[in-house]
Amino acid sequence: MDAQRRLELRRLAERARMGIIEGVFHAKSGHPGGSLSSADLLTYLYFEQMRIDTKNSKWEGRDRFVLSKGHVAPGLYAVLALRGFFPVEALKTLRKNGSFLQGHPSMKLTPGVDMSTGSLGQGISAAAGIALGAKLAGQDIVTYALLGDGEIQEGQVWEAAMFAAAKGLDHLIAIVDNNNLQIDGAVAEVNSPYPIPEKFAAFGWNTIEADAHDFDALEAAFTQAKAFNGKPSVIIMKSIKGKGVSFMEDQAAWHGTAPNAEQYTAAMQEIEARLAALAK
Amino acid sequence: MAEIKKTATRDSYGRALVDLGAQNEKLIVLDADLAAATKTGMFKKAYPDRFFDCGIAECNLMGVAAGLSTMGYTVFASSFAMFAAGRAFEQVRNTIGYPHLNVNIGATHAGISVGEDGASHQCCEDIALMRTIPGMTVINPADDREAYTAVLAAAKLQGPVYLRFGRLAVPHLFGDDYAIEIGKGVQLRGGKDVTIAATGLMVGEAIAAAEALAAEGIDARLLNIHTIKPLDLDILTEAARETGAIVTAEEHSVIGGLGGAVAEGLAGVCPVPVLRVGVEDTFGASGPALEMLRVYGLEAEHIAAKAKRAIAMKQ
Repeated sequence: MDAQRRLELRRLAERARMGIIEGVFHAKSGHPGGSLSSADLLTYLYFEQMRIDTKNSKWEGRDRFVLSKGHVAPGLYAVLALRGFFPVEALKTLRKNGSFLQGHPSMKLTPGVDMSTGSLGQGISAAAGIALGAKLAGQDIVTYALLGDGEIQEGQVWEAAMFAAAKGLDHLIAIVDNNNLQIDGAVAEVNSPYPIPEKFAAFGWNTIEADAHDFDALEAAFTQAKAFNGKPSVIIMKSIKGKGVSFMEDQAAWHGTAPNAEQYTAAMQEIEARLAALAK
Repeated sequence: MAEIKKTATRDSYGRALVDLGAQNEKLIVLDADLAAATKTGMFKKAYPDRFFDCGIAECNLMGVAAGLSTMGYTVFASSFAMFAAGRAFEQVRNTIGYPHLNVNIGATHAGISVGEDGASHQCCEDIALMRTIPGMTVINPADDREAYTAVLAAAKLQGPVYLRFGRLAVPHLFGDDYAIEIGKGVQLRGGKDVTIAATGLMVGEAIAAAEALAAEGIDARLLNIHTIKPLDLDILTEAARETGAIVTAEEHSVIGGLGGAVAEGLAGVCPVPVLRVGVEDTFGASGPALEMLRVYGLEAEHIAAKAKRAIAMKQ
């Protein structure tokens, strides 16, 4: 990846993190942990990979994204805002009465959201349906779906995995945000989904592993996934829950808790300092 | 006497899908390993490229249907009522209902008349489940013609539709000139003493009940309420006002189905006695369909008896 582009993406991801903190702070609730662990990925997808038209969010030929782990809506909204689907200022209305930014994504309310999600395990099925529809129409559309590593405990994920492979949906790319934590603790201790690549491989998927916080690694992973024919691909990305806000990192407690005023200020200062360093 | 023609509404469903497939290239049919039983197999044979078997995975089936619909397809997703409305309830609610997607759920083998398969497959809760979902249209056709035209109407309607079909062959009630109008009840017989509001295969029983009552000098009005949601409260309110008592009849639990919907609706506008004929709060059992209908109190005589009780309650 071009050094200048890498730098731009890092800046954008930091601004996305600020949007996440801004949103959950003003909402006094929401899910910062997983939003922060997937912030780099969402930035990379929306600014590098996806063919979209922010002026025509319903353009039929666009690539699709399904946030199967719908609770990281703050992360998705922050990136959609930065990309230009709606003003960044709107992030402060997250979860407020009357806001178009619901606690979990609604395709009816939010520009740029391709599928309503929130109940875990369901988004990946919808993504498979979208990929099937695109394939039937002969459209060169890529469908992306982001899953949590806790989410793959849902049986429906594996129904969808079996279906997508059986129907040869090679324009479907799933990403597992493997931050290793869910609400009740470490995924391995709650109900281990490991080994994740082997499970998807056994279901007939092309599997790729990547570092969730390295844009070059993400680029290599998506390049490989898009070039692969005949099977759906899954990118299992190792991530750090709460990434980029030091006191939230690798803490299950920050799965679904909003920062108080003091924590908000500390988080924003930390991110702003990094952003300032990147500007030099 | 000429033999009365009978058809299972699941057959009407399959036939309608084939006819729709010829008209609409964007029509896709999904099933969950029950294509032979739900009759989507007829569509599969005619249009194999637009039929997808999801295997025994109803939750994924509903999600795939939702995704396809966002790509501009008209989708019919099929399984037995027990699994379409029961197992996949939350998928239907969250991934189809909440975004109000254009998915039609063709649910067959509803009710006690599944027969020999017994309680695990006799779904008498599906109307109750589906009608609690905001924006969901719920249709329970009475015969072949009504079922056939219901499928055509559902395909044209934007938004999710739950279509309830049966396994048992039921008598033809309506001619080729009849076509369902979603949300509009149909008065099949005028009357002033009591109103019987029936749905699905109980419409045939209700016709027999009204005739039996007439022979005893009781003038029963008869309504076919094929659409349970949106409910035609106008025709029901008029019936309540003019006849003073209502009996509902459905092959479904007395909790939450047509009877529940009618009672809830009338309570606020024209409260009159509402007695319900349906499966009492119990599970079904194995046995031939017609015998099961008798065992569970779903015959004309049960409707007639409740009609008399309802009339008595008017005083």
